Amino acid sequence: MGEVLVVAERFRGDWTEVTFELLAAGRQLAQGLGGTLSVAALGHGTTDQVRALGAADRVLYADAPELEAFVPEVHLRVLEAVVRSRQPRAVLVANTSTGMDLAAPLAARLGVPCVAYCRRVWAEDGQVLAQSQVYGGKLVAEVVLEGPGVLAVVAGSYPAEAGRVSGSPAVEEIPLPPLEGTRTRFVRFVEPEAADVDITREEILVAVGRGIGDRENLGLAEELAAALGGAVCASRPLVDNGWLPKNRQVGKSGLTVKPKLYLAAGISGAPEHLEGMRNAELIVAINTDPKAPIFDVAHYGVVGDVLEILSALTEEVRRRKAQG
Amino acid sequence: MHIVVVGKLVPDLVEDLEVDASGRELDRQFLKLVLNEFDEHALEEAVLLKEAHEARVTVLAPDADGVDDALYTALAKGADRAVKLVGLGEAPSSRQIAAALASALPSLNFDLVLTGVQAADDLDGQVGMLLAGSLGLPHVGVVTGVELDLDSRRARVRKEYPGGWLAELEVQLPAVLGIQAAKQPPRYVPVSKVRQAMKEHTLEELSVEPGPAPGLSVRRLFKPEATGRAEFLDGGPEEVAARLADILAQRGLVR
Ligand SMILES: Cc1cc2nc3c(=O)[nH]c(=O)nc-3n(C[C@H](O)[C@H](O)[C@H](O)COP(=O)(O)OP(=O)(O)OC[C@H]3O[C@@H](n4cnc5c(N)ncnc54)[C@H](O)[C@@H]3O)c2cc1C
Repeated sequence: MGEVLVVAERFRGDWTEVTFELLAAGRQLAQGLGGTLSVAALGHGTTDQVRALGAADRVLYADAPELEAFVPEVHLRVLEAVVRSRQPRAVLVANTSTGMDLAAPLAARLGVPCVAYCRRVWAEDGQVLAQSQVYGGKLVAEVVLEGPGVLAVVAGSYPAEAGRVSGSPAVEEIPLPPLEGTRTRFVRFVEPEAADVDITREEILVAVGRGIGDRENLGLAEELAAALGGAVCASRPLVDNGWLPKNRQVGKSGLTVKPKLYLAAGISGAPEHLEGMRNAELIVAINTDPKAPIFDVAHYGVVGDVLEILSALTEEVRRRKAQG
Repeated sequence: MHIVVVGKLVPDLVEDLEVDASGRELDRQFLKLVLNEFDEHALEEAVLLKEAHEARVTVLAPDADGVDDALYTALAKGADRAVKLVGLGEAPSSRQIAAALASALPSLNFDLVLTGVQAADDLDGQVGMLLAGSLGLPHVGVVTGVELDLDSRRARVRKEYPGGWLAELEVQLPAVLGIQAAKQPPRYVPVSKVRQAMKEHTLEELSVEPGPAPGLSVRRLFKPEATGRAEFLDGGPEEVAARLADILAQRGLVR
């Protein structure tokens, strides 16, 4: 039958937003296949929280101390057992830090295909299809799965509200496979360092990417941010270079922001970056490449050199403010 | 301690990417290939581990245009051996690469496999994670720091979560890690050192069979439909700046 299995994701004691997005996606896919929607909920202390997953017809839950924190090997083992016993038509996993450790290995173990970076999943004539963002979002691949498969869905692709419905799903406990002999151990969480500026609270963000060139050029972004009364944030490579602290990083492994203005300067707009800023109220992008994916989410675009535009804009803003 | 780094060459995303006449594949005629940026980080992490411990580093990559340069560069950076995987054809999928590695790697007696967390062309999953699944090895992806304890044969890794959170995990070797970022940005090597590596080393070749890739077909490959595409502002910097300032002022953002 056309069962769709969503893998719920937990972080620090609760279901993550993307879990509800997956439920929304899974519901549509199950309808298209004329099947039912199940959700695998692995964790510890989850018993009271499974009701939040009411968008599914069935909650398959495993509650064990070993599942408290995410351990790729352990979660994979349990998930593999669930999938082998239920034989779903499609498994939907989040294309996130945890989901990436499950989707591909699960597919490899089961000998079924995996599709990464899905933005859309649907059914046509009983077949499962997906649109996947490849080449940093520059192209989309539309794929057809011949049989069952594992689909990793990018966060932000489906509305979470549609998956956040209450219901009275059937609740079944997953019989745990043996967990002895696993070779991975969770040690601890490391908290993010305290930030001097909380970019999630700023109304105006000047975001810089690799297109800024040199570290010295960051000053231009600082000046514009100061003129506008905002703050500077960045794409990941600048943070990896140590040019800005981690708490200024926007995106998948950074922060999600929703400012009134997001000015993306020299940022290509990789899917992992877009995840953190696509819902900003106004997005302005400056990039020398007219085909950069950032222009697909921007409201206004400037094809040009980031240094020139930043300086000119700073001057213009200062001039206007001086005039009052 | 033998560390294997698995890399692959991918299209340089700075260049224009065109779809070929079939509408299902990349036009590879003028494609410029570069080592996947996260594989650069995997290599860097391996070399850092080699410097800290007594480790040997072997780099493997499927044959592709430019792979020799990439492998010699890896040797110049500190890898001990470089192996070209031949027999996979042009642009093998991640699944095919992983399946080939799953049969070839065990004979290399490795302790640790490092790959980039992902690559821009991983339509069908990440090589490292697929490989871990096939070989039944413990794995952690999205890793930003690896410490080795040779006595206990364990790696302690930091895995990234959103919002700057990290999880520390301990993995018994052999294991597969998907590297997001090395402890330091990948080192640069001057061309002279690459030339020297070309003189001192030869690239090895390993013949592999493309593994089976289960039922997945690309129906079309296309540029994303421009739904909410930006309105472009033309003109010189001053002109553009004035227009932008108008737009911001209208929204009360220049106060
Ligand atoms: C698991 C995972 C998590 C990730 N998390 C994040 C995350 O949280 N945040 C994040 O940002 N990334 C993240 N990434 C990385 C992401 O995939 C991209 O590598 C990154 O976003 C690229 O940053 P960029 O746009 O600054 O650089 P690039 O992609 O290199 O883009 C630079 C851009 O600058 C333009 N440019 C060059 N010169 C100029 C100039 N003079 N003037 C104007 N434009 C110019 C170029 O045309 C190009 O578009 C993650 C990746 C993975 C695998």
